[in-house]
Amino acid sequence: MNPGDRLPALEIPVTRTLIVAGAIASRDYQDVHHDPELARQKGSPDIFMNILTTNGLVGRYITDHFGPRAVLRRVAVRLGAPNHPGDTMVLTGTVEEVDGDTVTVRVVGENGIGRHVTGTVTVSVPGGGPV
Amino acid sequence: MSGEPEVHEEFAARLKAYEGRPAAATGVGRDPVNEPMIRHWCEAMGDTNPAYTGPDAIAPPTMLQAWTMAGLTGRPERTAAYDELLRLLDESGHHAVVATDCEQEYLRPLRPGDQITFDSVIESVSERKTTKLGAGYFVTTRTDVRAGGELAGTHRFRILKYAPARRPRTPERHRPEELRPRPVINRDTAGFWEGVARHELLIQRCAGCGTLRLPWLPGCNSCGCARWDTVAAGGEGTVYSYVVMHHPPFRAFEPPYAVGLIELAEGVRIVSNVVGVPYDKVRIGMPVRLTFRRYDDKLVLPVFRAVTP
Repeated sequence: MNPGDRLPALEIPVTRTLIVAGAIASRDYQDVHHDPELARQKGSPDIFMNILTTNGLVGRYITDHFGPRAVLRRVAVRLGAPNHPGDTMVLTGTVEEVDGDTVTVRVVGENGIGRHVTGTVTVSVPGGGPV
Repeated sequence: MSGEPEVHEEFAARLKAYEGRPAAATGVGRDPVNEPMIRHWCEAMGDTNPAYTGPDAIAPPTMLQAWTMAGLTGRPERTAAYDELLRLLDESGHHAVVATDCEQEYLRPLRPGDQITFDSVIESVSERKTTKLGAGYFVTTRTDVRAGGELAGTHRFRILKYAPARRPRTPERHRPEELRPRPVINRDTAGFWEGVARHELLIQRCAGCGTLRLPWLPGCNSCGCARWDTVAAGGEGTVYSYVVMHHPPFRAFEPPYAVGLIELAEGVRIVSNVVGVPYDKVRIGMPVRLTFRRYDDKLVLPVFRAVTP
């Protein structure tokens, strides 16, 4: 594991079900995450994924790669282009820094309209990461 | 809100006064950390990490905020200061909200049975910002999340409270909803539009030095002479340059579409649409020919059709 190493991409189909399931699982009942009509009244063309789901997916992307012993230390995400139903988000990651067992990964999630998320994840991987 | 900057500044100063004040005090998680909520989260995220199941299960660290969410119940932990700040924003038209940033640090794992408590502070309120969604203010809060009284994680959260920009977007987003903008016709340009009405593209010719010019101007850029006559364009031209418009969408236009800078055989250039060819097939140097297209009862415009060789 070295700075500059790339993680395999993870494709997330952004279904209406994922958006609603993620919102409810995170106890986020903001109408823009489940009601298309109210979302439109607020200037959005449709419902969109909430930040907690994006955060959860970014965490999953990292632990899927580094394995169940990996411990998330920090997840920081910034949202850009919203994830609307019918789109696909492709998560990619690049190792930024390796310090002993601790790895910092820059994560980007692109969808059909742009960059949905940019973020940084710091993860401890006892005994090193996957080969 | 008025559009005047001083008014915005005064309002921004009122908002700034809330920085450093508590946003939530002695918040208590509605449920202790528990397996069903963990399982529902993992189902939604498609997360099959075995660390989140079994007797030694931990909660996915990214659930940190979920344990503090009020759901559909009230928020007794929210402070009067934070309520006031949000009300000020609501009442000034910034009633819509979207989360933009989330930064979480995890100090120790949360496990089923952990009782959650939390406190939150208003870290910052931004200046007024213009965004694609509309103009508004970014509000950043920082929350300390405790389990059994011990700090387990911190959570910095930024929301945009904004006044939704009026947008024509509908599910049928490609349907133009308005007529094209009207040309500005004044005494310096009236002759041009009279020509267009007769399906003639008239180029001005300086009566002093003979220099051709388009678009129309009151005087010659070469010699300053104010007298002129016109010549009708022959209609041959090439694409000198072009852009493809994807965004922002304007009413009456259906993106994507190509806007070309057409160089006429006479040597002058005109901005127009390139038609008869897909927007992504327009190329510099492509030969085009003048034609006139009627857009509605009152509007005819010169456009250029790609000439197939």
